[in-house]
Amino acid sequence: MTKLKINGKPVDIEVDDSTPLLWVLREQLGLTGTKYSCGIGLCGSCTVHIGGEAVRSCVVPVSSLDASQDIITIEGLTADNNHPVQQAWKQLDVPQCGYCQPGMIMSAAALLADNPNPSDADIDANVTNICRCGTFNRVRRGIHLAAQIIKDNKGGDAE
Amino acid sequence: MTKERINVSRREFLVKSTALGTGFSLGLSLPFFSRAAFAADGAAAQALSTPEMNAWVVIQADDTVIIRIARSEMGQGTLTGLAQLVAEELECDWSKVTTEYPTPGQNLARDKVWRSFSTGGSQGIRGSHDYVRKGGAVARHMLIEAAAEQWDVPMDECTVANSVITHLPSGRTTTYGQVASLAAELFPPEHVELKDPKDWKLIGQPIKRLDTDDKLNGTQVFGFDLTLPGMLNAAIKACPVFGGKLKSFDDSKVSKLPGVHKVVAVEDDAVAVVADTWWLANTALEALPITWDEGPNARLSSASIEQMLDEGLSSANKVFVGNQNGDINKALKGAVKMVEATYRYPYQNHATMEPMNATARWTKDKCEVWCPTQNGEAALEAAAEASGLPIEHCDVYKIHLGGGFGRRGAFHDFVKQAVAIAKQFPGTPVKLLWSREEDMAHGHYHPITKCKLVGGLDDKGNLSGLHVRISGQSILASVRPQWLAANGADMITFQGFQADGDHAISYSVPNLLVEHAMRNPPVPPGFWRGVNINQNAIYMECFIDELAHAAGKDPLEFRRKLMAKHPKSLAVLNAVAEKAGWGKPEAGGTHLGLAVVKTFASYVAACAEVSVDDKGKLKIHRIVAATDPGYAVNPQQIETQVAGSFVFGLSALLYGECTIKDGAVEQSNFHDYPSMRMDEMPRVDVIVMPSGGFWGGIGEPTIAVAAPAVLNAIFAATGKRIRQFPLANINLRDA
Repeated sequence: MTKLKINGKPVDIEVDDSTPLLWVLREQLGLTGTKYSCGIGLCGSCTVHIGGEAVRSCVVPVSSLDASQDIITIEGLTADNNHPVQQAWKQLDVPQCGYCQPGMIMSAAALLADNPNPSDADIDANVTNICRCGTFNRVRRGIHLAAQIIKDNKGGDAE
Repeated sequence: MTKERINVSRREFLVKSTALGTGFSLGLSLPFFSRAAFAADGAAAQALSTPEMNAWVVIQADDTVIIRIARSEMGQGTLTGLAQLVAEELECDWSKVTTEYPTPGQNLARDKVWRSFSTGGSQGIRGSHDYVRKGGAVARHMLIEAAAEQWDVPMDECTVANSVITHLPSGRTTTYGQVASLAAELFPPEHVELKDPKDWKLIGQPIKRLDTDDKLNGTQVFGFDLTLPGMLNAAIKACPVFGGKLKSFDDSKVSKLPGVHKVVAVEDDAVAVVADTWWLANTALEALPITWDEGPNARLSSASIEQMLDEGLSSANKVFVGNQNGDINKALKGAVKMVEATYRYPYQNHATMEPMNATARWTKDKCEVWCPTQNGEAALEAAAEASGLPIEHCDVYKIHLGGGFGRRGAFHDFVKQAVAIAKQFPGTPVKLLWSREEDMAHGHYHPITKCKLVGGLDDKGNLSGLHVRISGQSILASVRPQWLAANGADMITFQGFQADGDHAISYSVPNLLVEHAMRNPPVPPGFWRGVNINQNAIYMECFIDELAHAAGKDPLEFRRKLMAKHPKSLAVLNAVAEKAGWGKPEAGGTHLGLAVVKTFASYVAACAEVSVDDKGKLKIHRIVAATDPGYAVNPQQIETQVAGSFVFGLSALLYGECTIKDGAVEQSNFHDYPSMRMDEMPRVDVIVMPSGGFWGGIGEPTIAVAAPAVLNAIFAATGKRIRQFPLANINLRDA
């Protein structure tokens, strides 16, 4: 039995130790917003926050985690979809097919939490998710817009 | 332009079947379905008790407008664009619009009232704009007629805007929702008139997508997010060698693993592990000893395929002519200068972010499939075939796609497999998901071709003759042999080289011969976003650049001289050249390259701005792209598609290559089949310049100009011509 804290709630999981967090989220907890695409930590579709860091959950065995770490998935990013990244994404209609977007949003949110005013180079270095539809330019605009929203909120409910 | 007068087939609009209720309720009995297949929660449930205006429009008492969409949304924005077309004629309140998918089974039961479900070939809008607008116009007429009847006034005294009907003389008003029930009882009108494009209010507006919200918080259900009560999960492995078969497997250890239900043979070439979860199923599959009968292709390699193609470059055997005029032999003999080059374009995988998947439930009476598909009807046919049941006993529920790019339209191998597995668990839903590795190993690949081009220049440096010999794989011969021409030619091979039509050549070449030596290696080819225009645009547009340089002429001027009879192509080319600053001194070490094509009935051009450093590292700084699709239904979606096209087209140019060894694809995941990332993405300036009078495609055309524009810019930067791809294999300075 593994005890985890996911989206603020304690959960008990009974799976093989080697099961990646991604599949625990999807198949044990029904949190299907986090996506599988490569399974080897390359594409970023499965990005979640662990202790505030953007992490690719497909390569994190559940045995490496415990209840002391705050695990946040796309479903738990905000209660009412008003994270500055979600607001910016909505304003700019960022998603196309949308499959990579939960990962993209989680990567962007982690970057902004760390660096509220990222440069284009910061974005290039930190948001390395693959999108085959080709949303990159709107993702970039979205991150800059979210940074502006955070600034306007002056530390309100930004994260 | 005058209004379009449309005769209404009463039968078409009167086929209102109770089958609709049955079909929708099948889906609605499942809790996910109000989210997955219908945009508004609860709307569809109410729709069951709300009579439809016609196949396209349902209006509810609360004024909600449900617009039915037959084509699939896979990110390209068609869902929103099609809704705009219907709503334009309906004159409804856009803020009340929601959408839903009818099922292919309902379409079958209602004599194909929704016509084609196929979502490919950039056809979503251009292939259905007339009949979906008609659906909106007919519904509007009936709603106004109902209000007039209720008030006992002549219909022509009533007007409508934003779902509110007004009786002008009295000022009385009512809403669509209030008269919908009555309107649904009326006969459709004999004739309706579609609006003059100058009167469009919604069409042409950069309206926000209807499907964004759920994509921001994880609630959008994609095919493999589906959960059904009692569902099992399957992981599959098919023989990695093309054409190989399953010989045997030893499930003695694996079938005892906790959570594993059964190991099953699937068709004659695959084996699946069915378990409580996919992770368990896939882990067990990886541990399963499998013996394959590799069959006749076990020695196939990229080198042996290359030999086939090389032979086709000069052979007279199985050669088809796609376009010719004048006398090419005479023109080349009389040329003052000859230019010759051979290009090569590799196999590529669609690599949708969501790997192939389908969920099936089979009983001896019924087969249901839930899947992401670009063509619900083809998915239904695949399900019926695999189920062994009459097609009337089957249905497919379309789930949102995590990318399509052509992989999920003509091919439903994953549906057949899911049904074949589900048949072994009667009554239990089984969800099949391919691993990324399986997806890489069993694509329907962008076909491989080589192309030899020979051009002649006259004494003034003008193009006097052009001979294009394509050698390589035909998609149609493998996928749609019934679409081959009577002589066996695959005319889709000649995209961008055709004499006229949606994929016509953009130049008037005085003496021209374009041929295809059909060489079909046993690697399954498929329609891949753009299809054959991607490589053909490289062949033509890079070679035109080569000719211009050989003639000592400016590539823009050289093209312009051949484009007098192609004014729309010339217009998009001029637009990108002007905006990109063509002809002005290139500052800061950047260089420009051009490309122009007509394809999928749209005219597109690009000007790329690149630099190449001393070590050969490429940076693509900016691409200016222009598109003339005739009518631009939603300029924001067009801009998004054009920008996205460059990610797809440039990923292919930079990295896209599947190689073959021992009869199998060597690449297995994004480490050896990379895709472009944010740091490589250039700025994209999009010029949308609809000239009106025709309907062109959007999703695919611009991909074609991405690679040649960049390649021509690389030449401007380095003086080196790259004729083999992807660029990742090549040092641009040593090439």
